[in-house]
Amino acid sequence: MAKSKPRIKVPKKAAKGDVITLKTLISHKMESGQRKDKKGEKIPRQIINKFTCEFNGATVFSCDIEPAVSANPYLQFTAKIEESGEFQFTWTADNGDVFKKSQKITVA
Amino acid sequence: MQQLTRRQMLALGSGAAVITMLPVAPILAAGSEFEMRVKKFAGTAMIREGGIELDLPEIAENGNTVPMSVSVGSPMTKADHVQQVMVLAEGNPLPGVITFNFSHMSGSAEASTRMRLAKTQNVVAVARMSDGSVRMVKSVVKVTIGGCGG
Repeated sequence: MAKSKPRIKVPKKAAKGDVITLKTLISHKMESGQRKDKKGEKIPRQIINKFTCEFNGATVFSCDIEPAVSANPYLQFTAKIEESGEFQFTWTADNGDVFKKSQKITVA
Repeated sequence: MQQLTRRQMLALGSGAAVITMLPVAPILAAGSEFEMRVKKFAGTAMIREGGIELDLPEIAENGNTVPMSVSVGSPMTKADHVQQVMVLAEGNPLPGVITFNFSHMSGSAEASTRMRLAKTQNVVAVARMSDGSVRMVKSVVKVTIGGCGG
């Protein structure tokens, strides 16, 4: 399987109390388990089923993903910033693969 | 008047049988799992229509990637925030799409993603608030090319 590459878009600076928008994208084929191969056999399901976004160790946003989410799952959500810290993004796949990415944000 | 032959009679009969069978089967099949998911999510709470915005294209040319965003009006404080929003597609082989879990640190109850739709159908979003109340909204998307493979 091609290696999944997570990408994130997070502002580097924010003012205290700001609600910022975060965008994430990870390359993954999200095999739904509904498709059949040339022999007519079902291709087993292989998707990213869980995404979490933590800020300084506390979960800000998470989602449970099902096969109806498109390939290369894109997620956009918001977070309220009260202090400087680090965002940690985690994607978990059906086969146990875990992809992580993090970014710091500074409160001016 | 020409009398119907035995062959024609049979053809007519089987045609009528197909027509009466058709509408029943898909509704039941989609309804059971879909309704079960909604019931499980809402629990004992009353489901109130509205109060959620579900943003979807009216016509999706490619069912493989349909942009979708939900937003629920809420102050998003510790005492009063949106806990969860579940999105379901009634006409997909599996109705579940995604469940967003928000917290008071989310700032707003807004999220977007891209989803697969097998055919023209209703997309439903159900939200659970921190006080236990449940809101629901429904939206129709026309799909030109289905997105679930063969």
